[in-house]
Amino acid sequence: MNSHAFRIEVAGENSLIIYFGDTTAPEISTQVQQASRKLTAALGDLIIDQVTSYASLLLIFDPLRADQLFIRKVINDTLASIDTASNSDSASSQTYLELPVYYSEESGPELQLISSNSGLSVDEIIALHQSLTYRVYAIGFAPGFAFLGQVDERIATPRLSTPRLKVPRGAVGIADRQTAIYPDVSPGGWNLIGLCPTRMFNPEASPTMPVSVGDEVRFKAISKDEFHALGGEIGDYQ
Amino acid sequence: MSTSTIGFTVVQPGILSLLQDAGRFGQHSIGLTNGGPLDRYSFNWVNRLCGNDQNTCAIEASIGGLTLEAQIDTQIAATGGDAPLTINGSDAASWQTHSIKTGDKIALGFSQSASRHYIAVKDGFQIDPMFGSCATVAREKLGGLNGTALQAGDSLPCLARPEAGKQSFQVPASIRPDYSGDITLRVILGYQHSLFEPIQTARFFSNDFELSDKCDRMGFRLTGPDIQSGISGMLSEGICYGAIQIPADGQPIVLLNDRQTIGGYPKIGAVLSLDIPKLTQRMPGTVIRFEAISIDEAQRQLHLANYRDQHTELIPID
Repeated sequence: MNSHAFRIEVAGENSLIIYFGDTTAPEISTQVQQASRKLTAALGDLIIDQVTSYASLLLIFDPLRADQLFIRKVINDTLASIDTASNSDSASSQTYLELPVYYSEESGPELQLISSNSGLSVDEIIALHQSLTYRVYAIGFAPGFAFLGQVDERIATPRLSTPRLKVPRGAVGIADRQTAIYPDVSPGGWNLIGLCPTRMFNPEASPTMPVSVGDEVRFKAISKDEFHALGGEIGDYQ
Repeated sequence: MSTSTIGFTVVQPGILSLLQDAGRFGQHSIGLTNGGPLDRYSFNWVNRLCGNDQNTCAIEASIGGLTLEAQIDTQIAATGGDAPLTINGSDAASWQTHSIKTGDKIALGFSQSASRHYIAVKDGFQIDPMFGSCATVAREKLGGLNGTALQAGDSLPCLARPEAGKQSFQVPASIRPDYSGDITLRVILGYQHSLFEPIQTARFFSNDFELSDKCDRMGFRLTGPDIQSGISGMLSEGICYGAIQIPADGQPIVLLNDRQTIGGYPKIGAVLSLDIPKLTQRMPGTVIRFEAISIDEAQRQLHLANYRDQHTELIPID
């Protein structure tokens, strides 16, 4: 990576945000992940927290132990040595996961809406959702909420104009070209197409989440019986 | 070694009373926010008064209405807002420690103008941490006793310390905050600020805003002149404490302790953490102005505040 492949901006009194681009792309996401790992090693406990997202890394540091000029210097020195041509670094911690989904109109109340918007049949929508391998681009919004991208353009659908007050745990949704699983009951405006019985966030489990940013995910259709056998429950939609 | 016992029972939980330590850090990678006290200054002093370190678990009572009954002999302290404090029905001063006996009733009335109150106990409330912190974030169902605000009948564990000293202290009057009047919040320019048209930035820093009634632990919404960022279609990115988001409706939101960790709205910068208590203590209708400072100036201010706090002695009371 040359020194112009990223841009550092101030975020707040003790945080800098590093931008690696302004589009959703696996190569950019890989750079964000590499930078996060290298800077974690370089800065140690001077880092209080960090947020990796689609194309940026927010670095929050201890302002009483390091000033922003020092942090900038470490960022510039550390990221200058990243070799983006090699993918070996990204492969080291990337995992691949297949998540089961019970797709149906009972568990996916927006399948009909997406069908009438796109002109595709419900079966075609379900097949297209399973046809691609998705990358975890970011985790946020709620504990364990992983933003996966990108879905086939034909099933991309804008958020509901009126969000639901209650989306059940495990609901699989689409918002524009992103897809995600609601880890717990919450309000939400994504278009729901099915239910996943896998717990996406469990404070008692280790690890608490089955995926991390940078991981790859595919979806696989299961029947209602399989869904229940895997511990799934059909919650409330409001 | 002291052992944990029931220190207090919650007689009335009040409007919104939450167990908080300094906050939950290092967990953004799984989507967890920080939590922690909305008024970090009052929180630090309430723990100092009890001889506790700054990450000790205390209660944040918003507006007031909280009543506790002591089950042990110990010391407590209260700081923060202006709700009257009583012990067994008698007025008790804030910003100082009080010796408490088993059966004593500690009650907060209701605030008129400054709404965040902190009550600490010697050694702190003994709460099992979740993800390294006892900070209650109700939206995440994490922290506190079971991820929720205090409820009537809750038991708050404390260390039994019958030998604890009875010396009381108070915070010097000169450093107690004044939460009245208009406020000016210092803002570190950041994030997308350079993409705002200069006229929009000028409008932001030269006009009065008002605190709306849409305020919670995630963020405080302001009303004022329409500020347009001219930015659309941003990718979601990490949001730091105090970040000022300007959505399409042109009305700023200051993002606080329980904010979502990522979001896709333009931000002009972030409020200096030292100024956040001025905002979070206030009631709707408060007039707010912004003043731009550099990150270097912000870091100098943080060092100065830290130095001043470390070199301020509590005043012993006879």
